[in-house]
Amino acid sequence: MYREKETCITGIGQSAIYRKPTVYPFTLALDACEAAIADAGLTPADIDGVACHPLGSSMVGEGNASASPTDIQKSLDLKLTYYGSGENAAQFSPVLNAIAAITAGYCKHVLVWRAMGERWIPMYSHGFKAAVLPRSVSWKVWLEPFWAPSASNWVGIHASAHMHKYGITREQMSAIPIVQRRNAARNPKAIYREPLTLDQYMDARMVSTPFCLYDCDVPCDGTTAVVISRADLAKDMRQKPVFFEAVGGGAQGNIGDWVSRPDFPDMMMHDAAKMMWSRTDLKPKDVDTAHLYDGFTYLTMFWLEALGFCKEGESGAFIEGGHRISPDGELPLNTNGGQLSEGRMHAFGHLHEAVLQLRGQAGDRQIKDAKVSVSGVGGGGLGGAVLLRAD
Amino acid sequence: MSEAPLMRPLPVITDMNSYFWRSGGEGLRILRCGGCDRYSHPYVGRCPSCGSRDVKPQTVSGRATVVGFTVNHQPWFPHVPVPYVIAYVELEEQSDIRLATNIVNCPVEDVAIGMKVKVVFEKQDDDIYIPLFEPA
Ligand SMILES: [Zn+2]
Repeated sequence: MYREKETCITGIGQSAIYRKPTVYPFTLALDACEAAIADAGLTPADIDGVACHPLGSSMVGEGNASASPTDIQKSLDLKLTYYGSGENAAQFSPVLNAIAAITAGYCKHVLVWRAMGERWIPMYSHGFKAAVLPRSVSWKVWLEPFWAPSASNWVGIHASAHMHKYGITREQMSAIPIVQRRNAARNPKAIYREPLTLDQYMDARMVSTPFCLYDCDVPCDGTTAVVISRADLAKDMRQKPVFFEAVGGGAQGNIGDWVSRPDFPDMMMHDAAKMMWSRTDLKPKDVDTAHLYDGFTYLTMFWLEALGFCKEGESGAFIEGGHRISPDGELPLNTNGGQLSEGRMHAFGHLHEAVLQLRGQAGDRQIKDAKVSVSGVGGGGLGGAVLLRAD
Repeated sequence: MSEAPLMRPLPVITDMNSYFWRSGGEGLRILRCGGCDRYSHPYVGRCPSCGSRDVKPQTVSGRATVVGFTVNHQPWFPHVPVPYVIAYVELEEQSDIRLATNIVNCPVEDVAIGMKVKVVFEKQDDDIYIPLFEPA
C-alpha cells in the first residue's frame, strides 16, 4: 500500500523573486509561508508539522537556507507535533518527510518551504577569494581540490560522457532554455522574460563545457511554500486538492556521491524515477505536464530519460527544435520558465507550477485539461520525484 | 625546484582518507580487499563485494582512462588561470574506480574521452599530494 495517496497539497504560496538584493530573504520566506497557509484556508494555528530541507541554521535569514524551522516556527507561533529535515529525496526530501509524518499520524497539516537567499549575500566564488582557501570536507574532498567547486563542473562531466556516447549536440540542448524563456514571457514573476535565440545561445560565454551561461539557472532571493495535508481533511478546504499519486527518492548509488556511481553517467534521478513509477499504475504517457529540475539544461535531459519520456540516449532528439516540450507539444515542460528563467527556487518553483497547472490556475500558461503532472528534482548523488494528480 | 603550485582547497585529512592524500607522492593508493582483491573507493570499512574486513591501501599503476571531462571557463578561483580541464578518470585496474582530477601537461583542446592518462602528483601544504593526470 503506497500511502502517499492519502495525502495532498492543499496550499501553495510564493514570495516575490528578486535577482538583485531587495527584500531580506527571511521576510520573503514569511511571505510565502503565510500565503500558502492562507491559500489552504488555514491559519498558523492549524499547522501542526513543518518539514524543511536543508535544515539551515537558526538566526540565519539569508544564503541558500534562509529560513530555518526554528525561526519560521517562532515567527508564525506554530505548535508542532512534527518537525523534520532528513535527506531522502533531494529538494523534495521535506515533501516525502511530510507525507511520512502525516500517514504515521504525527500531524495533519505540514508546512514545507524552500527559502533561497543566494543574492542577498554573494555566494560561490566569493568564498574562494580569501588569501587562505577554505579546507574541503566530507564528499567534496573528491572534487574541490581539483578546482571543481560548482555543480556546473560535476554535471558538465556527466553531460560530456552522455553527449559523447549518444552524439547529442549543443544545438539540441538549446531547445530547453529557448522554450523555457518563451514560457517565462507568460510568467510575470520570472526574472528573465525576453526571448532567447539560438544565436544568442551559441554565442554565449562558456561557464563549464558543455554549459554556457544560458544552460545554468539563475540564483535569486525568494521562497516557495506548500501545505501538505491528510487527504480526508482536504474535501472541506479552500482549494481543490492536488494528490500525491506516487513519490520516489532513495539511493541505489552512493548517497551524495557525484563521482563513483557504477552506472556513470546515470545519476540518482534514475533511482528516484524508478521508485516513483513502481508505486503507481500510471505511465509516462499519462503525464500532461512535466516540471523537471533545470539547475543545468542537461539535468532536465537526464530526467526526461530517467522518467521514460524517451529512451536512454534519445533526449537530444526528443527535445530537438522544442516542439514536443512546448506548451502545445506532447509534453509541456517547465511551463513557468523553470529555474533558467524564473529563478533558482530550487525545485519548489517547479512544484508550485505543477499545482497551479493541476488546479487550472496557471493563467496565460495553463495547459488545457492538465490532470497528471510530474516533477523531478536533483541529480548527481541526490534525487526526488513526485507524480501529482488533479483528482 | 619548480615554483610553488597554485593553492587548492585542500581536503581535511581524516582516518578515512589519509592513505589517499598522504601518499608521499610514491604512487596512487586505493583500498583493496585481501579476501577477493576488489578495489573500493572512496573509503569502505568492509569489502562490499565479499564482506571481508581485510581492506588495505594498495599502490596501483596510476594508469587510467578519461571517461568524461569539462573545460572550466568560470574564474571560481581568481588566482587560477582559466580554462582548465576537470575530468573523471577510471583506473586501469578496475573500471568502477573513478576519480575526479585535473588533466595537466596537455593542451586543453587535446583532452578527449577515451584518452589514456597516468598519475602525476602535486605536493601541497600539510603533506598532501594531489593526484593529477597527464597523457600517458
Ligand atoms: Zn572482498
